[in-house]
Amino acid sequence: MGKVLEVKNIEKYYGNKSNLTKAINNISFDVEKGEFVGIMGASGSGKSTLLNIISTIDRVTSGHIIVNGEDITKLKGNKLNKFRREELGFIFQDFNLLDTLTAYENIAIALTIQKVNAKEIDKRVNEIADKLGIKEILKKYPYQVSGGQKQRIASARAIITNPKLILADEPTGALDSKSARQLLENFEFLNKKMDATILMVTHDAFTASYANRILFIKDGKIFNEVIKGNGTRKQFFEKIIEVQTLLGGDLNDVI
Amino acid sequence: MLFKLSFNNMKKSIKDYAIYFLTLVLGVAIFYMFNSLDSQQAMLQVSQSQREMIKLMIEMLGYISVFVAVVLGLLIVYASNFLINRRKKEFGIYMTLGMGRRQISKIILMETIFVGIISLAIGLIIGIFASQFMSILVAKMFEANMSEFQFVFSKEACIKTCIYFAVMYIAVMFFNTITVSRYKLINLLNASKKNERVKIKNPFICILVFLIAISLLGYAYWKVTGDFQSLNTADKILPLIIMGIVSTILIFWSLSGFILQLIQTRKKIYLKDTNMFVLRQINNKINTMVASMSVICLMLFMTISILSSSLALRNTMQRELIDMTPVDLNLYKIANLPEKTVNRYGKEIIYTKEQIEDSRITILETLKNNEFDMKVLKDIIEIPTYATNELTYKDFLGDMYEETKVEFPGLAYDKTEQIVKVSDYNKIARLYGIDEYNLNDSEYIMICNFDSMKQIRDKVLKNGSIINIAGKKYNSKYSECKSGFIQMSTSHTNTGIIIVPDNCTLTNDMKEMSFLVANYNVNTEEEKEKVEELFSSRSSGFIQNLSDKGLMIDGFTKISIMEASVGLATIVTFIAIYLGVIFLIASSAILALKQLTDSSDNKQRYTILRKIGCDENMINKSLFRQIGIFFGVPLALAIIHSVFGIQFAIQMMAGLASKNDLLPSVIATVIIIGTIYGLYFWATYLGSKNIIKEE
Repeated sequence: MGKVLEVKNIEKYYGNKSNLTKAINNISFDVEKGEFVGIMGASGSGKSTLLNIISTIDRVTSGHIIVNGEDITKLKGNKLNKFRREELGFIFQDFNLLDTLTAYENIAIALTIQKVNAKEIDKRVNEIADKLGIKEILKKYPYQVSGGQKQRIASARAIITNPKLILADEPTGALDSKSARQLLENFEFLNKKMDATILMVTHDAFTASYANRILFIKDGKIFNEVIKGNGTRKQFFEKIIEVQTLLGGDLNDVI
Repeated sequence: MLFKLSFNNMKKSIKDYAIYFLTLVLGVAIFYMFNSLDSQQAMLQVSQSQREMIKLMIEMLGYISVFVAVVLGLLIVYASNFLINRRKKEFGIYMTLGMGRRQISKIILMETIFVGIISLAIGLIIGIFASQFMSILVAKMFEANMSEFQFVFSKEACIKTCIYFAVMYIAVMFFNTITVSRYKLINLLNASKKNERVKIKNPFICILVFLIAISLLGYAYWKVTGDFQSLNTADKILPLIIMGIVSTILIFWSLSGFILQLIQTRKKIYLKDTNMFVLRQINNKINTMVASMSVICLMLFMTISILSSSLALRNTMQRELIDMTPVDLNLYKIANLPEKTVNRYGKEIIYTKEQIEDSRITILETLKNNEFDMKVLKDIIEIPTYATNELTYKDFLGDMYEETKVEFPGLAYDKTEQIVKVSDYNKIARLYGIDEYNLNDSEYIMICNFDSMKQIRDKVLKNGSIINIAGKKYNSKYSECKSGFIQMSTSHTNTGIIIVPDNCTLTNDMKEMSFLVANYNVNTEEEKEKVEELFSSRSSGFIQNLSDKGLMIDGFTKISIMEASVGLATIVTFIAIYLGVIFLIASSAILALKQLTDSSDNKQRYTILRKIGCDENMINKSLFRQIGIFFGVPLALAIIHSVFGIQFAIQMMAGLASKNDLLPSVIATVIIIGTIYGLYFWATYLGSKNIIKEE
């Protein structure tokens, strides 16, 4: 399997010379195709900055990020937009669905802005909805469906463009535990059955336990790495808690 | 400190203020322009009778200005309210910092004064320069000669503008203070968090309502144009107006739902770019926009109709005037005065010997006898017109008399017809440059250009009317009236002249009038004015002589006819432009502010679009389309309304405005509306773009 994402010695500084904050201080890691990677860390650890940089919303101070062989730190303007549109899929904490559009339209719009032809769009939306079990609610508006369903619509929108990499920012943050579980099962489904590569930022150990590998970030550096391996999810969860305790991070963040 | 704060606020939110500022500046400029009319150079150059006309116009514009001030005042209050609401959060932060309501009011007050003074200054400058152009326009309209250009500044108009706008600003401050005093801190801080529920209309009801509205409108359109004849009383028009208004509202209510349904079935269009977002956006907003869009549409409709039909009216009058006044002078005098007569009020009038004698001689002789300097006239032609009791209107109608009388009971059927010999008529026609005619023995021609009379006469002529003069029968050469006239007037008012062959037995005692036409024997306009005074001024020696002797010569001069009618048309045009432009500004500003409010409410949606990978171009395009549709739809419907409305107006004005004059006036209207509406559209687009921009 090839590398989907290569992060090489990236740094991100804020502020000026007299008052320099190193939000990211020399981070390097790779993500293989079909991996489900979690990034954990306390507030202010730099995990959101990292995600923003990978998603090209923010720029690095130094270092390189290579997605599918292309150095995205060198992209500019419309190429950057095109890259974001075609290579990345996003899932946000607050769903970010358009309230004026139906579920169907919310999913379809990801394709329409890529100028995919109408027949193809219709086919793909129905396919993905079928797989994620939201076919019945396609005609409904976001305010008419539950939080879990909303997040599944958002997942469908993220996956439908067949992105190289799905970036999820605290996807369970706004969900109750049952919906969160359903969503995470969907993620597993996307990852295992549809071969999607997922990079998920979270501070919740339970959510993180669905990933194959977890990177812990503290003060802008990679502090530790935990791999699920062949163990059960419960074992993995316990491992995560261990590292979190080690990190001295917020115990509150552990359920 | 407060001063600095408000000054920086202004600088920061300059783009938000664009619409507000634009409205103020345009308002001030137009207000100044129309109130400075009286001191404009062109006004100083016009003649006495025109000055009267202008005085009337200025007076009317004065009253209208009060109305305009009220409209602008309300608009400014509305606009400033919008700006304050945009800044709720900012005020909330001030309040958490311990700033009192009074201090916040002070900040707003200072800002109002800032914006007020700057916009007043800029508006006045634009107004002063624009009024120079208007001066040229006025000069053209009143046909005043502006040989040298002079820069004019009207102090009175300037002071009036300042006072009116100062009052408006005070009203704005007053309302703003009320708004601020009602604020609650919690609401201010949470102002941006607003959950909107999408209201969805039943698509089938939408389609149904849309179809009903369209058919209602179609019926009203047909009534005012195709079935125009049936609208003979005012109360029949009112239901149609109501029908038009109701269907306009219904169309806006259902249009977006209807179009959404339509486009959703066409997946190729619907699933393209951000089309579905734009459509949904419009469908979502239109619920709250129905009322304002309807008002805007009707206002635009009024503006378009008023502007184009009044401009057309003026152009037609102008053009007809030139056709209808081919020479400088018409004089006429009653021939063969009897010793005494009874006037229509039953009073007996006894004519003096002098008067009776004078009526037996020609006008030329009268002029000479009364020391008139004949050198000032050229191209003099004098002809007699005849009349006989054997040939009245009733006689002309012949068999059709009874029928006509039932239909038009009010006509004077005993009135004698005016008879002119063909060679006499041709002499005048040649000078006028209109058609000359030939007649064989025992033929006659009816000359008539007054529409309603022509219709009756044409019916008679079709059946081959035969008239009798001195025992001889004459047949009509044509089966319809021919156009022409001998007396100048403001429009087509010749109700009928019978032209007979020269050998027709018309005796001296059948002379009805002497009729003289002539041109002034001078070249320049100023000299013409001097000659004109011989006939029009009370101090003219010639007029004195005549009135001393009790002699009467009536007449028209080209100049007097021109002035009377051009003046009237110009007043109508000016008032129409004034009101039209103000309505236009009001509706554009309301629409623009609504859009800006929506853009700031919908900021979140654009952020989402951006997050899922829309680039700025796509977002700007969808914003542009959205605003374009909101500006375009009311305009489009207003234009459709106007197509029928203007036709109706032209039919109502029966011949006063002709369709041929419509095109240039429509073009002028399009330019005026395009400029102002376009300016607002652009400002709204830029403002919205700024609002939805990522910080």
